[in-house]
Amino acid sequence: MKKFHDKKTTATATVDYRNRYPKWNDEKKREWTILAPNMLPWHFDVIKDFLADEGYNIEILTKNDRTVIDEGLKHVHNDTCYPCMCVTGQFIDALKSGKYDLNHTALIITQSGGGCRASNYIPLITKAIHQQFPTVPVMSLNFAGLEGDNQMKVGLSLLAKFAYSIAYCDTVMWCYNQTKPYELVEGSADAMRDKAQEFIKSKFKQGGYTNHRRINQYVIDLFKSVPRDTTVKKPKVGIVGEIYVKYAPLGNNNLEKFLLDEGCEPVVPPLLDFILYCIVNVINDRKLYGYKGIKYPVYKVVYKFIRKIQKTVIKQLTDSGVFAPVHDFEHLRRLADVVINQGVKMGEGWLIPAEMAAFASTDTPNIICTQPFGCLPNHIVGKGMVRTIKNLYPDSNIVAVDYDSSASRVNQENRIKLMISIAKKNQT
Amino acid sequence: MLLGIDVGSTTVKVCVTDGNEIFYKSYVRHYSKVKEILSAELDKVKQLGFNRFKVCVTGSAGLGVSQNAGLPFTQEVQAAFTAIKKYYPSTDVAIELGGEDAKIIFVTGGTEERMNGSCAGGTGAFIDQMATLLGIDVAEMDRLALKAEKVYPIASRCGVFAKSDIQPLLNQGAKKEDIAASIFQAVVDQTVSGLAQGRRIKGNVLFLGGPLYYLKGLRKAFVGTLKLDENSAIFPETAPNFMSIGAALSAEINREQDIDEIISKIKNSKVTDSIITSEPLFKSQKEYDEFLAAHDMDVPRVELSGYTGAAYLGIDSGSTTTKLVLISEDGAILFSSYSDNNGRPLDLVVRELKKIYELLPSGACIKGCCVTGYGEDLIKSALHADFGVVETVAHFKAALYFNPDVDFIIDIGGQDIKCFKIKNKAIDSIMLNEACSSGCGSFIQTFARAMNMDVAGFSRLGLFARHPVELGSRCTVFMNSAVKQAQKEGASVEDISAGLSTSIVKNAVYKVIRATSIDQLGDNIVVQGGTFLNDAVLRAFEREVGKKVIRPAISGLMGAFGAALYAKENAVSERSSVLTEQEVKDFSYTARSANCGGCTSRCDINIVTFSDGKKHVSGNKCERGAGLKPSSSDLDMYAYKQRLLADCLPKEPIKNPKATVGLPLQLGMYEQLPLWATFFARLGFQPVLSDPSSRDLYFLGQHTVASDTICYPAKLMHGHIESLLDKGVDFIFLPCESYNLDEHASVNHYNCPVVAYYSESLLANNERLTHDNFIMPYVDLNMTSSTVKNLTKSLSRYGVKQGEVKKALQAGFEALEEFHAAIRDRAQYILSESQRQNKPLIVLAGRPYHVDAEINHGINKLLTSLGLAVLTEDGAAALTDNVLVNVINQWTYHARLYKAANFVCTHPCAHMVQLVSFGCGIDAVTTDEIRSIMEKNDELYTQIKIDEINNLGVVKIRLRSMLAAIEEAQKAGSKRN
Repeated sequence: MKKFHDKKTTATATVDYRNRYPKWNDEKKREWTILAPNMLPWHFDVIKDFLADEGYNIEILTKNDRTVIDEGLKHVHNDTCYPCMCVTGQFIDALKSGKYDLNHTALIITQSGGGCRASNYIPLITKAIHQQFPTVPVMSLNFAGLEGDNQMKVGLSLLAKFAYSIAYCDTVMWCYNQTKPYELVEGSADAMRDKAQEFIKSKFKQGGYTNHRRINQYVIDLFKSVPRDTTVKKPKVGIVGEIYVKYAPLGNNNLEKFLLDEGCEPVVPPLLDFILYCIVNVINDRKLYGYKGIKYPVYKVVYKFIRKIQKTVIKQLTDSGVFAPVHDFEHLRRLADVVINQGVKMGEGWLIPAEMAAFASTDTPNIICTQPFGCLPNHIVGKGMVRTIKNLYPDSNIVAVDYDSSASRVNQENRIKLMISIAKKNQT
Repeated sequence: MLLGIDVGSTTVKVCVTDGNEIFYKSYVRHYSKVKEILSAELDKVKQLGFNRFKVCVTGSAGLGVSQNAGLPFTQEVQAAFTAIKKYYPSTDVAIELGGEDAKIIFVTGGTEERMNGSCAGGTGAFIDQMATLLGIDVAEMDRLALKAEKVYPIASRCGVFAKSDIQPLLNQGAKKEDIAASIFQAVVDQTVSGLAQGRRIKGNVLFLGGPLYYLKGLRKAFVGTLKLDENSAIFPETAPNFMSIGAALSAEINREQDIDEIISKIKNSKVTDSIITSEPLFKSQKEYDEFLAAHDMDVPRVELSGYTGAAYLGIDSGSTTTKLVLISEDGAILFSSYSDNNGRPLDLVVRELKKIYELLPSGACIKGCCVTGYGEDLIKSALHADFGVVETVAHFKAALYFNPDVDFIIDIGGQDIKCFKIKNKAIDSIMLNEACSSGCGSFIQTFARAMNMDVAGFSRLGLFARHPVELGSRCTVFMNSAVKQAQKEGASVEDISAGLSTSIVKNAVYKVIRATSIDQLGDNIVVQGGTFLNDAVLRAFEREVGKKVIRPAISGLMGAFGAALYAKENAVSERSSVLTEQEVKDFSYTARSANCGGCTSRCDINIVTFSDGKKHVSGNKCERGAGLKPSSSDLDMYAYKQRLLADCLPKEPIKNPKATVGLPLQLGMYEQLPLWATFFARLGFQPVLSDPSSRDLYFLGQHTVASDTICYPAKLMHGHIESLLDKGVDFIFLPCESYNLDEHASVNHYNCPVVAYYSESLLANNERLTHDNFIMPYVDLNMTSSTVKNLTKSLSRYGVKQGEVKKALQAGFEALEEFHAAIRDRAQYILSESQRQNKPLIVLAGRPYHVDAEINHGINKLLTSLGLAVLTEDGAAALTDNVLVNVINQWTYHARLYKAANFVCTHPCAHMVQLVSFGCGIDAVTTDEIRSIMEKNDELYTQIKIDEINNLGVVKIRLRSMLAAIEEAQKAGSKRN
């Protein structure tokens, strides 16, 4: 069918206002140190390990204090999202430390693309560091070829490694959060986590990492073996929100730890949900708008592949008799449909209301919706959907918390405490 | 016995009860000395004669107290809830305003407890700040408010915004009574929109907290707005102490302790050391002395009484202070004055002018008089001054006197930060603080008053503070929170004072100047403005930039001094036209407010009538209000687009329409109205447009806004929806579009998330909207067949066929093409006409919806009244080539901005003014990129942030500064002609 609107550009030429920035050269990867920001400490720990075997020398930046934020403030636009500020701050702080050979150091961040301004982090970080560190390239880790050559070469086998590692680390995180609040011996959950991490890493090193049934079972059994106090019942608090502030301790003032200290059980959704969300969006787009192309069937295959792992682990968790299972992703999609259209795909899009609904409909009515101050999609999918969720699930107890370089911790904690005190009241 | 302790951000409340009767309650300001004040209060409790207490602490600062002293804690909203259940069980809703928090508790119909978000004013501290601004105490403000005759719209979201609204009102002579009432109304609006967020406040409403107890004017505003009567609005005697009573009741479950034990726990509580501190500003008195010796270059002074010859008067009518300087023919200062104007600048200027005339010897005469600053217009017409000059130029003139090589000037005043770079002896670029990051000097002032000190005394405290706290560097609301945090951690007043001074500097350097490296600031820096009189601020600045800077001894007088120099340079006649001694003696004025009847906007205007019968009108958005003929809109693309959009609806009503369809004219509809209006008309639906945007329309939908930090266009959308519902349309249509039309000018063609999906938020938060009366199909207009299919499906209940939809869509696209063609043609016309008439052409670049007069606040009219031609970003983009930029160019509307930048770079007559809606996340990306394109091409870059604030005063300063810079640059010939 002929398009009604196919405005041919009137432009006769294209004017180039670009600066010349250094680009990543994947051929010479072995000579370089690659700095990466921290988001999910335990996930990244494993990923870093197997990337080393691929020749990428990754260093995860863990510095987590105010100087990092101040560094970010100095170099990034005031109104830019907080995650960008945190990440840039961490990078510049590291580059300034003198620990790295600036002629052989690169930066890497993940990029999911899409209509949210987060897709612009790479150019923003590049601009921010360029004047001081003109030799340092900023490369992308994405699975859609967004940055041309300026990205890590991710072939099929590496892609599989990412998927498996995320799945395993999700299981670690999921079980840890259900164990830590109830451990009888202080530190025993942490010890198990370390053990689980080592086991997972060894599987990537020695082979056998595709045996997800066995690895997940091992992890579950490890945490199951931790002696638990079964007499206490702590309020479960679900964390949803923008991906960075949802997970990164630097972004959310160590929210998980705060919840643990306050006598709660933090429930943090698996990273795999976000990956599946990204994949499904491509499939949804085709369904909604009728796009054609080879990538759609491919995405479907990948989706099915990851879902298979997820379905297995759901069964394993249920069978454990101790741990609540993760939410089935298809179930999340159906929950979303009641609240919002799955066409909302910028930022964390429909996934946020879906996760809120999933929490509210299981035994986690207490929810913290985290977002960077002024986060565009979250105006709609976060704060905008709270009313609908509350109507659907009258017991839900939701607090939206903004994270920002200057929002004070007292303010945030006081609001979270209000949510927790309601949670505790509701529990009795 | 039960003991409740509530430590808030500004006050301590203590309550003793046995669970029924209240034996003791108190309410004391703590001035950040929580430990001392609380111990003193507990000593009083001890005098009551009870010994054993079950205790519980609550409140935002109470959290720290409880942790450090090891006393039980309860969250304050919970505490209130407990007390409500006990004493006012018939309550439906409770509203509590505290020092810095606002809370709402819905008791019935689904219990819900909410607090204000991190960015929200409308609290006690906000009211304090406003009272400071008016130069009165809160009690006085309350008395005034009860006598108000009218209410002005004042931005309620945060204190900084409200200030920007109030300042011009003050400068224009609006009555304090009315302003006081308007401030209270703003607090109410903030509570209703920011806190209730879509839930109606109805039934029996309980009002709690200090401000609502003490302020009758505030009560009146709440009762009026919520339409409550005497029985349903409950103002308990215990309102200020309510949380402490709740805390006491919650203490029931805790163990009993001796009062001495409690007191000693508080006295001995350890302060955790988790705040971040920096180096002291001065380590020793010696360091400070050296610093003082190095500064304060002065201007020679000559005794006025002994002077003969010509004298020149400069008046700087600033936001909070008014300055006058009289100089001699040689530039020596004959007379100067610097004082707080307490909201009445005109009275002050007249008083000082009388003084000058008393001192002026017969051999001297005022030969020229020039006015600058916020109050320029009013003072100039009141005094018949010879010249008015934009304040940036005045400051530049003054700086040149001190250092002819000056290449950077930074001025921090009470309300704003102004910086400009000087290149080739002309102002090259101007940076003003955005409405959001101000705070500046008046913040210290407010804070000092809250601490019961004067500014000078308060800031001196910081000089030798040993551990200045880091307080962040955003807007004052955040700084308040940061101070609260520091207090909680036990920082001393000295440390906070030093921290505030440092924060102001950081705000200036990193937020306003946006320096990525200090070298950008230049080598010859002159600092000025009243705030730099503060040694702590100056020291912090020098430390931050790592350079010695010049602070003239007359730092606070620079604007007035510069104005005087300007008068000297430009005076032509023998005597200034300024009021004579006799005229000043006879001078009086009256001020009144009115609504302009010039057009349907009915702007609020202030009319000041002087004793000679002349009038000064302010507050008007266009010349009509001032009784002048409006300037032609011939070369105003904004006006043209407004007309074009108004013509989109079918001329004749549709015969036997299938239904009426409401099209809300906001956000994306500003671009696609031609398409959808034609589409529906062709399909046999009667399209109906929402009412034009206005402040009132915004209030209509305010209660359904879910996120108080979203952009103003999105907030307005809620009002558009309400207006369509009130019109009784059969359904409202607003599609969801992840993708906009591909204009082949960018790598992708997204909409921003808000434009793309706002329908979802509207539907979720307006109880009147359902899937039946709100149709919001997901479409990608680039994909014809899926669009036809999705539209047919969404309209299926009206029995439309796919074929019809396809034809109607075709017609719609043709209408959109015509719309774009008309814009292109008009842009071409405006370009060639402006060149022919030799008028500078301003590309006022924003989004399609910035054409809305309520969003742009009539900036286009302001520009045409200044003699400029105005182009939109889409008009400019239509006339130029595609561009490649550093950032990912992936949004259709934003791609037009980059093209518009290219247009400016390739047309010597064109200049860039970028309009940015506050809260627009994507513009954080575009503004930096466009600025860098401009700078690379030696073009001026001006950015204007807009929100619900209706304050053209600031915008005018900025635009006039830009024009002055363009003029000077043209004179110097540095810009290509």
